[in-house]
Amino acid sequence: MALILELGVQGAQMTLVLLLAPLLTGFVRKVKARLLRRQGPSLIQPYRDLLRLMRKEVVLADNASWLFRVTPYLIFAATWVAAALIPTFATGLTFSWTADLIAIVALLGSARFFLALAGLDVGTSFGGIGASREVMIASLAEPAMLLIVFSLALVAGATQLSTVAAFMGSPQVGLRVSLGMSLIALVMVAIAENARIPVDNPSTHLELTMVHEAMVLEYSGRHLAMIEFAAFLKLLLYMSLISCVFLPWGLVTARAGPGSYVLAVVFYIGKLAVSGTLLALFETAIAKMRVFRVPDFLGAALMLALLGTLLLFVSRSL
Amino acid sequence: MPALIDFILAGQRVEKHAPWPRAVATPRTWSFAIEQLVEGHWSLLGLWGEPITVHMALLDENAKDIGVVSLECRDGRYPSVGRLHAPALRLERAAADLFGLLPQGAPDTRPWLDHGHWGVSYPLATRVRTSAPTASPYPFLPTEGESLHQIPVGPVHAGIIEPGHFRFTASGETVVRLEERLGYTHKGIEGLMAGSDIDRAGKLAGRISGDSTVAYSLAFARAVEAALGIQVPSRAVWLRALMAELERLANHLGDIGAICNDAAFAIMHAHCGALRERVLRASDAAFGHRLVRDLIVPGGVASELGEEGARAVRSVIAEIRQRFPHLIELYDNTASLQDRTVGTGRLNVQLARQYAAGGYVGRASGRDFDARRSPGYSPYDELNFEIAVLKEGDVNARVWIRIREVEQSLSLIEQILERLPGGPIRVDLAAADGPREGMALVEGFRGDILAWLRIGKGGLVERCHLRDPSWFQWPLLEAAIEGNIVADFPLCNKSFNCSYSGHDL
Repeated sequence: MALILELGVQGAQMTLVLLLAPLLTGFVRKVKARLLRRQGPSLIQPYRDLLRLMRKEVVLADNASWLFRVTPYLIFAATWVAAALIPTFATGLTFSWTADLIAIVALLGSARFFLALAGLDVGTSFGGIGASREVMIASLAEPAMLLIVFSLALVAGATQLSTVAAFMGSPQVGLRVSLGMSLIALVMVAIAENARIPVDNPSTHLELTMVHEAMVLEYSGRHLAMIEFAAFLKLLLYMSLISCVFLPWGLVTARAGPGSYVLAVVFYIGKLAVSGTLLALFETAIAKMRVFRVPDFLGAALMLALLGTLLLFVSRSL
Repeated sequence: MPALIDFILAGQRVEKHAPWPRAVATPRTWSFAIEQLVEGHWSLLGLWGEPITVHMALLDENAKDIGVVSLECRDGRYPSVGRLHAPALRLERAAADLFGLLPQGAPDTRPWLDHGHWGVSYPLATRVRTSAPTASPYPFLPTEGESLHQIPVGPVHAGIIEPGHFRFTASGETVVRLEERLGYTHKGIEGLMAGSDIDRAGKLAGRISGDSTVAYSLAFARAVEAALGIQVPSRAVWLRALMAELERLANHLGDIGAICNDAAFAIMHAHCGALRERVLRASDAAFGHRLVRDLIVPGGVASELGEEGARAVRSVIAEIRQRFPHLIELYDNTASLQDRTVGTGRLNVQLARQYAAGGYVGRASGRDFDARRSPGYSPYDELNFEIAVLKEGDVNARVWIRIREVEQSLSLIEQILERLPGGPIRVDLAAADGPREGMALVEGFRGDILAWLRIGKGGLVERCHLRDPSWFQWPLLEAAIEGNIVADFPLCNKSFNCSYSGHDL
């Protein structure tokens, strides 16, 4: 019985991220629209978009290979699993032993790898441009992400997220320079990974400036729905990751009882709303940078993460 | 070097061509004119065809003089201007497509407007029927070098904009060459105008480029009035200037926001868009049409400005005066935005001068020219305004020229409202007797629009040619983007904001 309950909670967590992801994107869009004094689309517009795309016919290029057709599902699956692994409202769930930071980085990395391949598959120039820019961004974002993981692992003594979150919530963490650096680096990586301003513009129509959108220009119908959904999930994933590691308050442990679960979920949604608002504010206040400035931006993230790790070798308490 | 006026007077001058002279050239004087263009003494204002004649409008910037030279081409050939003076190339290609006039020695004989889908060749001259669409692949200019790749963009774009094809040759992200292909929105307006009465031709003129409908109607109306020798009542002249400045204001506000939006700085876009909307609503309140279309007619204006309309305009001016400085400050103080616009898409001063680039494109690259001041037209000779000129030639400079022009337009509108004379707003057109020719140069928001027309028997328009400023700006965009990165093209393109419709006619 206990096992079934635990599985139920785990299942609830997986469904929760799936259900919340489009809402989060809708919320960020809404806040951005309000900041621009626009009415903005409704909060549930992303759900409607997904539904609309699912119903639409898929238009495939003549020379699209099987890879092109399979990739959307692969990306969606990998991103969903990665997002579901992160402790959103509860730690120590049944599958939390799999919630390893390195595994999450690897899952996202493979999703990106296949998306870049799919971008090249049809052979249009935009797909090629998008894929090459995406890989350029990834070549700096991924090492930075790994260094952040190392910093956390050195502090918490594990790469397993439940343990990290539990440690970060405990009083023995204290104020650490290295963690501050990791937080800044993680935010920068998250911005780049989610194709947000200033690295990429998720709402642009200018095909020559796109990164993520250029790769998926050839997709339509349910394939596009999968890719969009994966993008929603990825945004949720990074926000959950940041809040789980750096704002671990309100997390409950497994077997806490339904009342605490509900409270924890409310806490979690609150954290998402705050980070979504901050993202919208940041995006409104800044212009997109030149493509060749992105390495500088991510280079800074990489350096911060590296410094954080090095500091921990110098002194355990930094 | 003779002054343009002496040169024209030396030729066989055409009667009844106003306000500037037109002369029939001999092949020798035609070549002399080309020489003067190449040496930069004169600038090319336009080049257009008729079934057996080719016309060239010239501007002498030092003497502030304009003239037209025409060359008869009995066998359909004339010495190419574009061979030595590149700005004429596309105009010659267009004249070749429409009239079958062949520029001898032209380096580029590819069709320009004619994409082979019309079912007819030389539609304005011999009208040779071609049974099936003859579209053959368009040969783009070759590029040589290691590891270059081509990126075809358009004519259908991801956003809702006009169609045009851009062929980039890039080395990695750096643009090595950009070649444009236009003509997708060719509507045959010059063909429609030929033989129509002045009312209808005026309506057509106002529909050439939707965002410049006031400037086009004004250019057409002034050309008609010049041809017929009509004096427009002074109230109409001032109301026209008011309409033109409102149009300039609205378009510049829209452009400033849109350029920032292309750098993903949407907040400028939102605020400028709101201000532009206010101007359009004020235009609607003042004249009964948001874009003031069809309200400038030969002989005057078709809409009177009431007390309430004037109040609406005044209140919008006050609002912009209050809110616009904050937006400029935001533009100037946002480092991430400045990083995108400063130094991007530089157009050098020599090219702007050679192409006689009008509007913000020319003025951002050191060309001190504004048709409102020189040759100048009423009522601007009685109004105080300054013409901003910068030398940097980058996207930032083109934004700043727009900002300065917004400020000037605000002040112009205030002066016009203050000093608006009373009286009638329209006079009837006198019936035309025999062929009369007129031309006008009007400053639209993009630059100087040239209108030339001949009124023939029964007061019908025999031939009308309207030259959009974009004819000389599109080629410069190709030059400005060179050496920039592909991802900066939308920003450069928006800062030029050339018209597709006005260019393709």
